[in-house]
Amino acid sequence: MASSILVYSTPTCPHCVRLKQFLAENKVDFVNYDVSVDREKANEVIKKSGQMGVPVMDIDGQLIIGFDKEKIKSALGLA
Amino acid sequence: MYDLIIIGAGPSGITAAVYAARKKMDFLVLTEDIGGQTVWSSNVENYTGYQFIAGAELAQKFEEHLRQYDIAVRENEPVISLEKNSGFFTATTAKAAYQSRAVIIASGKRSRELKVPGEKEFRNRGLTYCATCDGPLFSGKVVAVVGNGNSALDAALQLVRISPRVYIINDISALAGDAVMAEKVIAAKNAAVINNAQVTAILGDKLVSGIRFKRNDREEVIPVEGVFVEIGLIPNSDFVHLVKKNDLGEIEVDCRNATSAEGVFAAGDVTTVPEKQIIIAAGEGAKACLSAFRYLASHKF
Repeated sequence: MASSILVYSTPTCPHCVRLKQFLAENKVDFVNYDVSVDREKANEVIKKSGQMGVPVMDIDGQLIIGFDKEKIKSALGLA
Repeated sequence: MYDLIIIGAGPSGITAAVYAARKKMDFLVLTEDIGGQTVWSSNVENYTGYQFIAGAELAQKFEEHLRQYDIAVRENEPVISLEKNSGFFTATTAKAAYQSRAVIIASGKRSRELKVPGEKEFRNRGLTYCATCDGPLFSGKVVAVVGNGNSALDAALQLVRISPRVYIINDISALAGDAVMAEKVIAAKNAAVINNAQVTAILGDKLVSGIRFKRNDREEVIPVEGVFVEIGLIPNSDFVHLVKKNDLGEIEVDCRNATSAEGVFAAGDVTTVPEKQIIIAAGEGAKACLSAFRYLASHKF
C-alpha cells in the first residue's frame, strides 16, 4: 500500500464525494485537503497538477486527476 | 449475443437495467459513467420519497440499487457507434464490439461547448462546465460566466460569494432564466452583466488569463482567471444514425419509447420526451425496458 495518499477536494464537487466514498469503502486511509477553504492547498494543487479541476489525488507523488477508478485501483493495488 | 444492450447509466439507464435484471433478461450496460447528470445536480427536492437529497447522493442510491443485481456494467465504455447488420445490433466502444437483439439508448445529455479557440486547450485549466464542482478553486479570482439561462445564473450566484468580480457574458439583450435569480445577479455589487456579446476566444498561457468577445462589431478583452461555460445541454446521440431525431438531435420516441428503428428503444434526456427531469427519466427507463421485453418476447430470434 502507498505510504502517502493525499486528496484535494471540495465538499460540493460530486466526483470528490464519490472518490472519498470509494476510498472509504476500500478502507484506504488518506489525508483530505478541502481546497474551498484552504487557499494554500488550493494553490498547491493548481501548481502541482497544472490544472484547475478537483478532485486530484497524490499517491506517493503520482497524480491522478478526476475520479478515475481504474487508475486509482492500479496505483493503490486494489483488486 | 445479448438480448439487450442498454447504453448509458443515468436514471433512465439504471432503471431500465433494474427492470431487465428482474425480468432475468440477458443484457449488458455500456456507459461512460454511473449516475449521469444526476451526479452534477446540487440539490434534488422533487424525487418522490426524498424530500431533499443531494444529486451525488441520489446517484449513489441508484448505483447501490443497480449493484443489488448481478448486472454486467462496462463503465468508461461510451458507445461510439451503433449499427444494424443482418437482424442484430452491434454497439462499438473504444475497447470492443458487442451484439444484441434489442437496444435501449439512454445516453443523456452533455454540456454544450462554445466552439471557440482556446476552449479545448484551457479545459480544466481555468475553463470549466461545472461551477458546483470547481467553483471553490476560483475563490479570490476574477471570473466570467458565459450564458444567460438558469444554469448560468446559478453559477453566477455561487461565484459572487467567493470572487471579487464576476462577469456574465450573455449573447442576447437581457438575462433569461428565472426572474428571481436574474434580479439577484443584477443586484450583486460584484457582478457585471455584459449583454449582446459573442465570445470569440479564451486566452491564456498555462492557465486562463482572459476572455475575448465581440460586442457591437468591436472585439474586447477582459482579464479573467476563470471561465464558466453554462450555455445549455446537447443530446449524446451522435453515435447513432439508425433512428429519427429532431432538430436538436433528440431521438424521437413514441409513448412506448419505441424509436423509428425496430428493436431500438430510447429513454430519458436523449429523447424527445417532454420535460427533462430525473424522475421522468427514471420512469421512461422503466417503460423502455418493458417495451424491449415485450418486443423480444413477441419476436422469434
